Amino acid sequence: MESILIPLMGGLAEALQPLNLSMLVIGCLIGLFVGAMPGLGSVNGVAILLPVTFLVPPDAAIIFLAAVYYGAMYGGAVSSITLGIPGASTAVATVFDGRPMAQSGKADQALLTAAIASFVGGTISVVLFTFFAPPLAAFALKFGPAEEFALMMLAFATFVGLGGDDIAKTIGSIAIGLILATIGLDIISGKPRLIFFDISGFFHGVNFLVLAIGIYGIGEMLWTLEQTKGDVQVHRVRAGLGSIAEHLRRIKEYIVPASLSGLLGYFVGILPAAGATPGSLMAYGMTKALSKDPDSFGKGNIKGIAAPESANNAASTGSMLPMITLGIPGSPTTAILLGGMIIWGLRPGPLLFTEHPDFVWGLIGSLYIANIFAVILNIAMIPLFVRVLTLKFTILAPVIFVLCIVGGYAPTQTMHDLWLMLLFGVVGYLLRKLDYPVAPAVLAIVLGPLAERSLRQSLLSSQGDPLIFLERPLSAIFILVAVALFVYPLALRWWRNRQRDDSAVPAGE
Amino acid sequence: MTVRTAEFTASILLILASLGLMWKSADGLSVGWIPGAGPGSGFWPFWLAVIMLLSSIATLVRWFLRATPQSRSDEAFVDRDTVQIVGLTVLALFFLLLASHYFGMYVSLMAFLLFYLRFIGGHSWTLSITLMVFIPTFVFFFFEYLMTIPLPKGITEPLFYPLYQFLY
Repeated sequence: MESILIPLMGGLAEALQPLNLSMLVIGCLIGLFVGAMPGLGSVNGVAILLPVTFLVPPDAAIIFLAAVYYGAMYGGAVSSITLGIPGASTAVATVFDGRPMAQSGKADQALLTAAIASFVGGTISVVLFTFFAPPLAAFALKFGPAEEFALMMLAFATFVGLGGDDIAKTIGSIAIGLILATIGLDIISGKPRLIFFDISGFFHGVNFLVLAIGIYGIGEMLWTLEQTKGDVQVHRVRAGLGSIAEHLRRIKEYIVPASLSGLLGYFVGILPAAGATPGSLMAYGMTKALSKDPDSFGKGNIKGIAAPESANNAASTGSMLPMITLGIPGSPTTAILLGGMIIWGLRPGPLLFTEHPDFVWGLIGSLYIANIFAVILNIAMIPLFVRVLTLKFTILAPVIFVLCIVGGYAPTQTMHDLWLMLLFGVVGYLLRKLDYPVAPAVLAIVLGPLAERSLRQSLLSSQGDPLIFLERPLSAIFILVAVALFVYPLALRWWRNRQRDDSAVPAGE
Repeated sequence: MTVRTAEFTASILLILASLGLMWKSADGLSVGWIPGAGPGSGFWPFWLAVIMLLSSIATLVRWFLRATPQSRSDEAFVDRDTVQIVGLTVLALFFLLLASHYFGMYVSLMAFLLFYLRFIGGHSWTLSITLMVFIPTFVFFFFEYLMTIPLPKGITEPLFYPLYQFLY
């Protein structure tokens, strides 16, 4: 207990330092804004803003980005409720009851519910995070390269088994991401690989930010332009101090489902393929199933807003757990944070707790404080956000494009990378229209170099014997679970087909 | 082009791309197993390209069987409105990058912003010009001054000399 509380106090103190605290507040504000804009979510905000953080030291940079991540989870509800369009995919479930509630003139209550429920989910998950992270990191210290590689395969397998997208397309997306990561000089032999058309720009490899900003910046904006055609319709919100007073009496209506959803969201968030979107949908389903009055859901039930909002905040914290302790991101957003940590010269993984305790505990401390700031800023700025949402998308879009271009130039400072970024953005947009999932590719390009290194290190130590992955017990377990996740959707489909055939025969007779 | 044709085209292109990647990974690199040392430099990309090939073939087979929702859809892959707004946006970005090579990024960004705000967005001249001036100025102070990352300036470099003298 003490081994956690003392560093936690240190972390809180670290997060309260002037630079870190100002980064945190700015991050929360930007996150709220990014989350509230339709089409932009935490992952887009973090991808586009990562290059900007080169200005400050890594401790402050991660606090800023985590605050953006956090704020975006709060902000997502604003457009779900006032526009009826999810501000980010993580706030999809908030539309179900948030929109009807806004239509019945209670938009203020819906927005307050979202803010308070987010706070509940966020707080529960941050406390869980604090107590889970150190033991998990200590356990992960036993991992060698074989376990690392097996764990990464497990992370990819979760996309196949639990991602819910087309399996062949998911595997294709993972492979593309991993191949992009191999471009450039081979880390072990030093030989150049995949230098297409002898273009010298490929020698320094493809920075993960080029893909991440391409897909989540440019591709996402193209996608949103298509969806909104540059126009949105806002619902009127009237909110004042009276709404807050009225709301305080209503908190008890949803505090229990919000807490349960927070727990659920946290654990779902830990899984790489799951994360905040399925977490919030599951929490919505669970709350509806447990309710005495399930028919009132979808018609403006306050619990239907509290559950997904609590869960998506909890999931965002949950997804940081494997990133900090194992070096495996739990979501696309944390994949980009992980890539950022590599740029800042930190080696993600269990050693982070012993080698850079200030960094880790500063981040954990900042999550507590970000939670408090996000809820206050969110409630205080509801009127402003609603005004901002009436902005035409054709004003926001060029500004975001400029940020993408300039931000994409910053890490490597070559025009070559900007052309690649535009290419990835357009191709990613087109493939996404065909249901190719893009998140696995981003995760893969971040993990690619680490996966290849651990694969080759393990094989070097076993003199080229691939059985090493099965001889070591932990790695064997990871591989077995990974195989099970690969087989699971196929087996499920086969089983369903068989049942359908069985039931079809008597029906035909 | 219908969604069905688009899925077919995409899977064929991905198959060709993975074949190209396999060939490129094998080009001068060892894709096999070096006895006693494990895989060669080309091993990892080569076999990943094989996985990409197999997954694209699987998609193609599922397309023939009409197993994916896209392969059953005869809707237009991109409708007329989308072509207009997305196509114009992509073209504008293309010319922004192209112009950056010659005229530098600041001038190109200004032209891009003006075109986008005034002609795609249809906003007022006042708003368009305000943002056109304000955003590149902000970018200049943030990137050049605070982060010391010089953006490409091409032939417009001399215009910045007075600013450099003032700042540094």
